Amino acid sequence: MTEITITHILFVSTALFFIGMYGLFTRRNMITMLMAIELILNSVNINFIAFNKYLYPGKLDGVFFAIFIITIAAAEAALAIAIIINLYRSHHSIDVEDASELKY
Amino acid sequence: MSSSVIIFYIISAFILVAALLAVTTRRIFRSAIFLLFTLIGTAALFFWMGVEFIAAVQVIIYVGGIVVLIIFSIFLTQKSGDEMPKPLRNRSIFSALALVFGFSFTYHLINGYGFGPTIHEPFNIKVSEIGMQMLSTKEHGFVLPFEVVSILLLASMVGCIVIAMKIKPIEERDSK
Repeated sequence: MTEITITHILFVSTALFFIGMYGLFTRRNMITMLMAIELILNSVNINFIAFNKYLYPGKLDGVFFAIFIITIAAAEAALAIAIIINLYRSHHSIDVEDASELKY
Repeated sequence: MSSSVIIFYIISAFILVAALLAVTTRRIFRSAIFLLFTLIGTAALFFWMGVEFIAAVQVIIYVGGIVVLIIFSIFLTQKSGDEMPKPLRNRSIFSALALVFGFSFTYHLINGYGFGPTIHEPFNIKVSEIGMQMLSTKEHGFVLPFEVVSILLLASMVGCIVIAMKIKPIEERDSK
């Protein structure tokens, strides 16, 4: 326990991933579900940086993957919020249970 | 225990507690603020691992961009003082079970894998190296994903405008 190895960091990122998963399962409000997705993407970023630092310190590939994931997360959040605001205009609610026209 | 180990434990406890509060609190605005703390904690973890550039990008884009966007959309669509309804009891019980089993299974796999000894090379990345490799067209260059991501950003910008645009009713459009 006197030294931090890659397993410790993977522990943190796995816990963060499953906390995000729990939020995605229990929440029915679209904005909070979006927040849970952001948590999951963050845990993936931690994984990429940790693998790069501890297993391949001479390379930069994990850093690039993290940069691209952050970019795509930003684009995804912007699109999701546009969809949420449009849904609020037509349904006056952003609960996923209320938007069920396409269900059957 | 050296100070670096203690700092790691403090940062990771901070991240996990803030994330747990973000997915369980019932006021949506508090949830957004706890998400903000989680993202700042992740940036601190990146600083701890020595990748200052990624930590700075994390603070600029996630904390400065995405959380502000989420808070704006909360103000546009919710009465932020109200409590959200409780999740169904069955749903939260089974989600918690899935969480516990998934976590223990994954952690068992990670623990049993055996990553080999930690390599103790210094890990300091120059930003100039990142820039050179990102725009290099040679082997291990990342210019193609860079261009693809820039097209993706453009497409998502256009898509946001199209989705959120207000469509006028037909009679009004015809009268002009």
